[in-house]
Amino acid sequence: MSFSWTRIRAISQKELRDYRHNRFIIYTMSFLPLIFVILPIVDIFTIPAVVSSQRLDTRVGLSLLYMLLIPTIVPSALAAYSVVGEREQGTLEPVLITPIRREEFLLGKALAALIPTLGIAYATFGLFLGCAALFAKPAVASAVFESSHLLVQLLFIPLLAGWSIWVGIAISARSSDVRVAQQLGTLASLPPLAIVALMSLNVIVPTFALAFGLGAGLLLLDGLGWRIVSVMFDRERLVTGNRA
Amino acid sequence: MDWAASTREGEPGQPSQNGKQSTPALVVEHLSKHFGERVAFDDVSFEVGYGEVFGFLGPNGAGKTTMVRALGTLIAPSSGTAVVAGISLSLEHGQAIRTRISIMPETPGLYLRLTVAENLECFAGLYELANAKERITDALRAVNLVDRANDPCRSLSKGLRQRVGLARALLNDPAVLFLDEPTSGLDPVAAREVHELIDSLRSRGVTIFLTTHRLEEAERLCDRVAILNTTLQLIGRPDELRDRLFKKTLDVRVRAPLNDPDRVFQCLPAVEGWEHGEQGEYVLKVSDLAIATPGVTRALVASGADVLLIAESRHSLEDVYLELIDEDVEVGTK
Repeated sequence: MSFSWTRIRAISQKELRDYRHNRFIIYTMSFLPLIFVILPIVDIFTIPAVVSSQRLDTRVGLSLLYMLLIPTIVPSALAAYSVVGEREQGTLEPVLITPIRREEFLLGKALAALIPTLGIAYATFGLFLGCAALFAKPAVASAVFESSHLLVQLLFIPLLAGWSIWVGIAISARSSDVRVAQQLGTLASLPPLAIVALMSLNVIVPTFALAFGLGAGLLLLDGLGWRIVSVMFDRERLVTGNRA
Repeated sequence: MDWAASTREGEPGQPSQNGKQSTPALVVEHLSKHFGERVAFDDVSFEVGYGEVFGFLGPNGAGKTTMVRALGTLIAPSSGTAVVAGISLSLEHGQAIRTRISIMPETPGLYLRLTVAENLECFAGLYELANAKERITDALRAVNLVDRANDPCRSLSKGLRQRVGLARALLNDPAVLFLDEPTSGLDPVAAREVHELIDSLRSRGVTIFLTTHRLEEAERLCDRVAILNTTLQLIGRPDELRDRLFKKTLDVRVRAPLNDPDRVFQCLPAVEGWEHGEQGEYVLKVSDLAIATPGVTRALVASGADVLLIAESRHSLEDVYLELIDEDVEVGTK
């Protein structure tokens, strides 16, 4: 039997419907992004009018780093819940009884976490840019709109989200407790953020080549993540707690 | 869609148009499942025909649910073979088997935040049903829940949730429907509703594999039953099992105890022996009820006894079950 986008859509659609009624998810998707957009906006408004270019770059880089916490933390919470949460609710077995393949199940779950994350991350970044353009001091606004910053944000938002999602799902598929899975998922999603942070803070000089290199690396890891998590996904262990 | 009329013509192992079946719905041969040292079930063999309601009985931990999961390709058997809905049980056939069967687990596992219809829409997508809306309505109609389609599942009672689970299991028009303890935890009214639904599915020709430890449920619903306690203890129609396990007996009750029961019951045709019951009650072992009963009646009347009752002793499936399970426990403790 072939790979089915209908089955993937069925899982994603169900997840998105479920998110709408899940208070924890709504809190995670609204409260955290709100914090991560208010803090950098306040930060750039408090930058003094006269400041060295290096210090300005560091402050703006730090502010923009908050933006990248959204695609890192928001999807990791969702992904970490995805398998172990269903297992705890007793809804996993009925799904695994259907003809769905594990790759389809996982991709459906990943897309359901990715779609709202991208929407929220890009919307908050747009809001941040809008505030900077309209209300920040000209020198600060110009630093915010510097191409390297924009590139880092636009490129790394989906890639970081992808990494967080696959790490979260991998942990979720192996975990027996939702809270533990979510804490581990959040922790494990942070390492790539460290590299991006170094780029945002200009510790690693963010050239286009470096950004694309890192981006390609993350893209490869995201693709591998799907395959690796699929191999780790063991129906028998998930249903009975015993390895096949 | 008419559930009764829907068959997959031309596919192996499916009922043909005239209702005859080419192969059984389930063929299990020497199937075993071990989790390390622990044996879930061992060397189990049986067959289930299309349109049959087959009961799988056993105490908790007997391996019933594990058997359902193994036949549903959720777990891999340790040894043995099986054919499920005409397809050989193996890892590579897992998806094909799961397309043609349905399993309703002990707890229905519904998405409680979603509505009944949303739950079924998800599963219609997972089965890639072409006419999903129509199938959902038909499934809801089959369980009398059309008017609750837009209710969130969390607002439903346990019995209604079980019915939604059953509707979900009917969506793909399964060749074999596995029901794992479908009335577990339900009150008598809700359990009766589920029984009526299973009855209506039987009348529509759905093949049902029902695991339960409710013996009255099995006796009422199942054409044949198998009793499992890690290994298969017995298999057959409930009345066959009774006959096989218990000798035929005749219960006799008279107003006052007989003065000389030996003289009354001795030498009667087809009567092999007798035992005292309560005051004025006797249990006669007989080889043939049709021959023994008139002779016993005549002998009692001739002895001047006031006859209150002469009837065949009824052994329930529960008696059969307890006899077998008790034997098993005794063997296990020796």
